[in-house]
Amino acid sequence: MLANRKLILAHFWLAFAVFGIALTLGAWQIFIRSPIGTWLSNPELYYRSLTAHGTVMGYVFPTLVAMGFGYAISESALEQRLVGVRWAWAGFWLIVTGSIMAVIPVALGRASVLYTFYPPLIGNVFYYLGVVLVVVGSWIWVALMSINLRVWRKAHPGEPVPLAMFANVAGSYLWAWTAVGAALELLLQIIPVAAGLKATIDAGLARVFFSWTLHAIVYFWLMPTYIAYYTIVPRAIGGRVYSDSMARISFILFLVVAMPIGMHHTFADPQVGAGFKFIHSAFTALVALPTLLTVFTICASVEIAARLRGGRGLFGWIRALPWDNPMMLALAFSFVMLGFGGAGGLINMSYQLDTSIHNTQWITGHFHLIFGGAIVIMYFAIAYDLWPHLTGRELTNLRLIRTQLWLWFIGMIVTTFPWHWVGILGMPRRMAYFDFGDPAIAPQALSVTFSVIGGFILLASGIIFIVILARGMRAPQAEAGPYRFAMAVHQPITVPVALNTHALWVALMIGLTLTNYGYPILNLALSEGTSVPAVYVGAQ
Amino acid sequence: MSTRDLFTLHNSHFRIGVGLTAAILIVTAIGGFIVLPFAQPWVQFANVWDAICSAAGLPQRAASVTAPEQTRRLSEVVLTSNTLARPSQEAIGRGATLAQRCAICHGPTGVSRADSPNLAGQYAAVIYKELLDFRSGARSNAVMTPFATNLTDQEIADLSNYYAYLPRLPAYHPTPQLPKPNIVIYGAPMRGIAPCGSCHGSLDNKAGSPWLEGQSEAYMKAQLQAFASGERRNDISQQMRNIARAMTAQEIEQAAAYYASQPPDVVKAVD
Ligand code: HEM
Ligand SMILES: [Cu+2]
Repeated sequence: MLANRKLILAHFWLAFAVFGIALTLGAWQIFIRSPIGTWLSNPELYYRSLTAHGTVMGYVFPTLVAMGFGYAISESALEQRLVGVRWAWAGFWLIVTGSIMAVIPVALGRASVLYTFYPPLIGNVFYYLGVVLVVVGSWIWVALMSINLRVWRKAHPGEPVPLAMFANVAGSYLWAWTAVGAALELLLQIIPVAAGLKATIDAGLARVFFSWTLHAIVYFWLMPTYIAYYTIVPRAIGGRVYSDSMARISFILFLVVAMPIGMHHTFADPQVGAGFKFIHSAFTALVALPTLLTVFTICASVEIAARLRGGRGLFGWIRALPWDNPMMLALAFSFVMLGFGGAGGLINMSYQLDTSIHNTQWITGHFHLIFGGAIVIMYFAIAYDLWPHLTGRELTNLRLIRTQLWLWFIGMIVTTFPWHWVGILGMPRRMAYFDFGDPAIAPQALSVTFSVIGGFILLASGIIFIVILARGMRAPQAEAGPYRFAMAVHQPITVPVALNTHALWVALMIGLTLTNYGYPILNLALSEGTSVPAVYVGAQ
Repeated sequence: MSTRDLFTLHNSHFRIGVGLTAAILIVTAIGGFIVLPFAQPWVQFANVWDAICSAAGLPQRAASVTAPEQTRRLSEVVLTSNTLARPSQEAIGRGATLAQRCAICHGPTGVSRADSPNLAGQYAAVIYKELLDFRSGARSNAVMTPFATNLTDQEIADLSNYYAYLPRLPAYHPTPQLPKPNIVIYGAPMRGIAPCGSCHGSLDNKAGSPWLEGQSEAYMKAQLQAFASGERRNDISQQMRNIARAMTAQEIEQAAAYYASQPPDVVKAVD
């Protein structure tokens, strides 16, 4: 039952529109600083573009996808009209307002501070206020997801919460709590300075606050993808979820261990004690667990589909899979990129290995592969799967959809593999210009050129994606039927209360945040002399 | 079952969830705060508590290591973008009177005929910082130091405001305008050098960085060399020393020649 289709479509369309713009900026960035671009002699323009690209891709785009998908899940999994539709629209308009408010100073070059804010660099206050509005808009969504689940529970006492909704609400709680770090940084530290009330800033403390957000936000980006793995893919390819409990445990684990690990982003920072870095590093190792569980469960679910279709043998069943089904293709591509990206992640999380790739192009290669690749390709799949139900029209051109997915996959590999490589060779990230005439880096020109080609393949794929969705708005009408999620091999009849509610896991999440962040934050906040003068962008 | 039954020891999920989490936390804490600190043979701790404090990141007056003796004064000036913003007419007037003694070298209009820096229209915060540094000894110069030694805070602020107020005039070194060299607009990323223009104008300006257009080529070259050799060290956090050390002799020449050849009217007006 999808009653509020307009609401969901509005979220998706805004998400994909800003995505299209940011994608174009990304392609421009990688081109303009490459050996085949002609440098425009103004790094400021590069950083303007980079701020816009990072802010949209990191904050606006995934948040809107999670919200739109969350509303769709709430209505269809709970089979209940969304409670609080007006609030949902209010949240949407807050995000629109916030995005516009943020983009104007960025476009004018008054806030080229990059999406990680980079204190003590300080930009125009409206940039930060815009980001705050985006976050506040998303918090409305968090509240609505929780309220809708509560309403459903009242009407269905003791029944198992549908997996999709259970996971969706877990994701929303994770986001609510992880966004607090950046919110504290903005409200307590950056905005007072940007508004001229203070002239110094504790950059070290600000970075610690940001790390609170920076890791778990990755899992917030990932949630829609994992929900799609578990609750859409098996249904779309004619299989079943191998284990409903395993799925619940994975989402619970994300809730508990995604938060207390963010200091792996501050390994190189002197203001954080080595003991805390070690604890965060050790907990980081644990976060591989839910992903490994997921890979196992999804492979098993896929195998079920293959065997139901007559697949045989130890590996022979793989051939029996519906490879012409876009969902199958997207899943396979996503897993391959997740595999490579995950292997790279093991290097990032090790204190010693990290030093060799810290702040190099390896990092940008890594998160484009995982986020832009493994995660975003499933956003595409979600949109394709939902579109007929939202528009009441069929997406007929499966071949174009497959081409689009192939191009995204190839483009991402061609972009990010050389990107990793030049990072290992030491090429720094966030640089507007490289002099490839310098013998020291001349040999890397070839790798960088490959990345550029990959970037344009990605851009082409992104354009095709938007064209497919736009055409889907005008295709002949066709009733798609109710939107359904995958069934488990053993559909749960009763679920232990711990696996049917979030309270225990939210409590552990908050508890671990206090143990792992409490002392470092207090120590920095209470120490004298840890602030430095702010550096204003375009000040004189 | 309701959530109330969840938060009790009778519930196995509660026991296992909380127990495992606490166990992992304790093990990792012991590892990070006790085992690993002592595993570093090159660091000495008085006792376990000492090790824990160190691993927690508590700033310590490390007993075993003495801080390196600071032989020369460093700059203690704190600048913000609002330093000396919006001066009064009286302040500028007082500065004009005081500035008469500076005119021999820096010129009656704030533009030097010798190879002293031009001060007309320079950012107030820049002049303010240099004068404070000359007075404190963080920067020293046989000619300037005696002038600065007896200035009061008020006088330094007035002088800075006066010179900032003067119009930017063309310098006395008319050379054809040179094209921007790489070091000015690109820096040298592989050597960790940011573009000169990202602080000194042309691209962006950061508080405390002077604009350089039309300054004496010989003066700028000498300053870069002094930063590179460490003879001049009043730059906060070694911002300029780190850059100058990594620059080649040729880049120093190019940067100095380029800025000297630029007319000062390309400098963006102060907000
Ligand atoms: C056409 C495809 C894309 C290209 C060519 C591209 C290119 C780039 C480039 C060149 C950078 C700057 C790296 C640096 O300065 O060192 C960057 C940063 C970034 N990109 Fe992309 N990108 C693309 C797609 C995406 C996608 C799909 C996402 C995520 C949904 C994404 C998220 C980000 C983020 C979060 C940053 C970090 C910004 C920062 O470092 O401040 N990009 N991208
Ligand atoms: Cu992380």
